[in-house]
Amino acid sequence: MFLWFHKLGSPPHFYRIAGNWLPWLGTIFLLLLVAGLYGGPILAPPDYQQGESYRIIFIHVPSAWMSLFIYIVMAGCGVVILVWRMKIAEIVLISSAPIGASFTFLALATGSLWGKPMWGIWWVWDARLTSELILLFLYLGVIGLHGAIEDKRVATRAVAILAIVGMVNIPIIHYSVEWWNSLHQGPTVTKFDKPSIHWSMLIPLLLMALAFQVYYLLALFQSCRTELLQRERNSRWVEELIAK
Amino acid sequence: MSVSEFFNMGGYAIYVWPSYVLAAIVLWLNWYLPRRAHRQLLGQLKRRNQGKSE
Amino acid sequence: MNRLSLSQAFIYLLRRDLTLAFRNRAEFANPLLFFIMVITLFPLAIGAVPELLARIAPGIIWVAALLAAMLSLESIFRSDFDDGSLDQLLMSAHPMPLLVLAKVCAHWLVTGFPLLIISPILAEMLGMPQQAQGVLFLTILIATPILSLVGSIGVALTVGLPKGGIILSILVLPLYVPVLIFAASAIEAAAGGLDVSAQIYMLLAFLFLALSLSPVAAAAALKISMS
Repeated sequence: MFLWFHKLGSPPHFYRIAGNWLPWLGTIFLLLLVAGLYGGPILAPPDYQQGESYRIIFIHVPSAWMSLFIYIVMAGCGVVILVWRMKIAEIVLISSAPIGASFTFLALATGSLWGKPMWGIWWVWDARLTSELILLFLYLGVIGLHGAIEDKRVATRAVAILAIVGMVNIPIIHYSVEWWNSLHQGPTVTKFDKPSIHWSMLIPLLLMALAFQVYYLLALFQSCRTELLQRERNSRWVEELIAK
Repeated sequence: MSVSEFFNMGGYAIYVWPSYVLAAIVLWLNWYLPRRAHRQLLGQLKRRNQGKSE
Repeated sequence: MNRLSLSQAFIYLLRRDLTLAFRNRAEFANPLLFFIMVITLFPLAIGAVPELLARIAPGIIWVAALLAAMLSLESIFRSDFDDGSLDQLLMSAHPMPLLVLAKVCAHWLVTGFPLLIISPILAEMLGMPQQAQGVLFLTILIATPILSLVGSIGVALTVGLPKGGIILSILVLPLYVPVLIFAASAIEAAAGGLDVSAQIYMLLAFLFLALSLSPVAAAAALKISMS
């Protein structure tokens, strides 16, 4: 098992293994997606306070969770890059950034679309929304800085520092709704006692969250393979791969 | 729920459906664009390889 | 053999940067003038409505301070990068984080400290109530060093880039926002007569966090940028 992880660190093996996983990830993602979309928008009962509009939650909350999760993955890769200089970590970091940015954007946009009917406004400058917006800027900063530096190995190391420094924002986002009285709803799922949401809504929500996780791996591997080919294009294993 | 009720989403349709559509677009792009880049890169590398071996 | 001790090296670098700044008055004056001008623009643009100005004065002053800080950040490392002194510093036997700290101290003394002196005058001109002015002074005292410290990380990451300035703003702004939020919130609370200890403690926490960690991050970033 450990040998398998060790192999994952080598570019040609990662390329091959990631490629093999892609169709499975795709299938699992679609299955989870269908299950979540059936349980959520279709099966679950309407909310007694919010009616049908709450169904945006099945996109909004998983996206927000992913936006935080992916940033933490990026920061973790950052540490691995600075300490061990692993090439694969560099690739995972930079490939994750656009995906994370997309989820952050999605969380903000769907949140806006949910906020308009519920609170009457498209946007409010409260703690959680503002810090999620900052997260988007952090992602864009990572993508921008990486693009601006010519030597890509140097670029990912610089970006590793940025990702680690930006980590301070993550606890602020998560706890912002507890520290400040805000318009945004308080935590209902990731609390330490029983979640205060009904199971008929919780299950599809968790299904969608899982679906998005699998999707992240899918999109990540897709992107990583390309990035890996690009960086290693002059190496032996790529030449052999092309010749086949 | 009947089909028309489903589409209407209790009057909130213009908020709910764009959310789902937006999510679909974003997810599809994040899958499709890297895939296309991958194909293009493979093509480029193959052509370069042929060029070298000639 | 003429080996400098660590504290001697620190003082030397601090004095060198201050001397350089004094010789180049523009470096000194520009952020300060920018700060004053931006603040002056607001009453002109909004119309000199006293109650409105007094209410948004904390925000105006803090946004202007942020912008002035961002403008002046390049001066921390840019000229040393251009003439090769940065390479020399990186090769020195002294720990880089402490050398970075010396340069950041110099930067704050040249850019943040003048803001501190002039802010009461500007606050009075904007009609900020007295009890809020004291808190304004305190927040500028605590938070402008944070701006210099955290900004130095951004500069360190972009010093090697030709058009670094634009990227720098994008990088540094998300990190500045929590500081802005707490500082402005403290002053507003003070204007309303409420207790500000929570915000001040948070700012102090940020300051100590930045003081201990950002020189390390900036040093690491410099090594990467210069590689």
